[in-house]
Amino acid sequence: MDLYQKDVVSIMDFSKDDIEGILDMAEEMVPYAKGEKIKRTLDGKILGNLFFEPSTRTKLSFESAAYRLGCDVIDVSEMSMTSMAKGETLADTIKIVDAYCDATVLRHPYEGAARLAAKFSDHPVINAGDGASSHPTQTLLDLFTMRHAKGSLDGLNITLVGDLKYGRTVHSLAQALTKFGMSITLVAPESLMMPADIIDHLKMSGCNPKIMTDLEDAVSQTDVLYVTRIQRERFPDPSEYQKVAGTYRIDKALLENAKSDMIVMHPLPRVNEIAPEVDDTPHAKYFEQAANGVPVRMALLNALLGGEL
Amino acid sequence: MERDSPIKEVRLTPIKNGTVIDHIACGQALNVIKILGINENNIYSSISVGIHVSSSTLGGWKDIVKIEDRELDSKTAEKIALVAPDATISIVRNCQVDEKYKVKLGDKVVGLAKCSNPNCITNKGEPVATEFKIISKYPMQLRCCYCDKILMNITDHLI
Repeated sequence: MDLYQKDVVSIMDFSKDDIEGILDMAEEMVPYAKGEKIKRTLDGKILGNLFFEPSTRTKLSFESAAYRLGCDVIDVSEMSMTSMAKGETLADTIKIVDAYCDATVLRHPYEGAARLAAKFSDHPVINAGDGASSHPTQTLLDLFTMRHAKGSLDGLNITLVGDLKYGRTVHSLAQALTKFGMSITLVAPESLMMPADIIDHLKMSGCNPKIMTDLEDAVSQTDVLYVTRIQRERFPDPSEYQKVAGTYRIDKALLENAKSDMIVMHPLPRVNEIAPEVDDTPHAKYFEQAANGVPVRMALLNALLGGEL
Repeated sequence: MERDSPIKEVRLTPIKNGTVIDHIACGQALNVIKILGINENNIYSSISVGIHVSSSTLGGWKDIVKIEDRELDSKTAEKIALVAPDATISIVRNCQVDEKYKVKLGDKVVGLAKCSNPNCITNKGEPVATEFKIISKYPMQLRCCYCDKILMNITDHLI
């Protein structure tokens, strides 16, 4: 798939080969992402970073990726600082931003916002998270991290644990995993289990996920343990949050039952679902995972904007 | 009249000019009436509704609606296809069936239903028509092309 001038809205828009191709390009980008090599393939280009929801890693890694390639960045970090606060539609905002830059990165609280933005934009739109729906570049860096650690993505056993209902990262990731024939186990409190339509989609894609509530039972067979935060901000009633907060905690005692080469991933930020004592074990890959956002996003930007490596 | 002979057909009042919507999936006639926007303030001619009448093509039973003095446009016919994908529409003029066709849906359903996800961008006042991909006809299930949520209870979300 030629990615030049393409939108990146949903991971489902990409085939297995497309994804492998992006990950290959990301591998090539690693020394550039670390600053060990320098190449300004996107010199003279401008990236528009529109973040209408809080972000640390995604926003900064897109900026870092752009600057590493010589691409300038203009950005908005709060909806209140734009004409949307005056009632302007997203469609109009996007048309304007599109006129100012060569590609737009969008994070937005409403599901489908990136698809809409792509419709109104002549240049590529990259979805950096739309509501609880999708976060395709996170999925790409997750897959990159897994492949880097395990050598291949095919046939791995992956356990997704935590908030599987609202966490957009696990929604995108689960759908992508079906392309690689992975065995998926879902571990969550009943009230935070993955939405039925996504589970149905997994089944239709030939993956019949195991659904469990006890993490200890799942860990021993797992190659990749993907942990997500139970998000306090999603609970209108704090007492409901308290019922499930701290349900799962990854610590050294739990890892005693794990395979020696099992990796622990987390899209971050974490609160207390992974004990700090895990950070120094060979299992911990979540900081490396966050760092991988740069080469993966460099690969994407370079491909979308026609940079030559 | 032979008392023992079975009743083979439920007879609804024939119409002189108007539309007959036949082969409606059983139980959907009232939803078709809802799609037609018929209420006590806009009825000027006769409407006949047959519910659970015998049918040789729909597994034994069907619904049927006849509306006098009204011809359906293609958008309304497409909406009817969402609740009754096998319905046929006959346009009657001067007591003769002048046109007859089966309702049909394209690959996408555009601007006919609202997304059931309140957080979908199409429910936030943006200048776009809703758009769904058909993922199942029996039962009818649509996938929102914007937020990817599945819409199942179509009649509650028709525009």
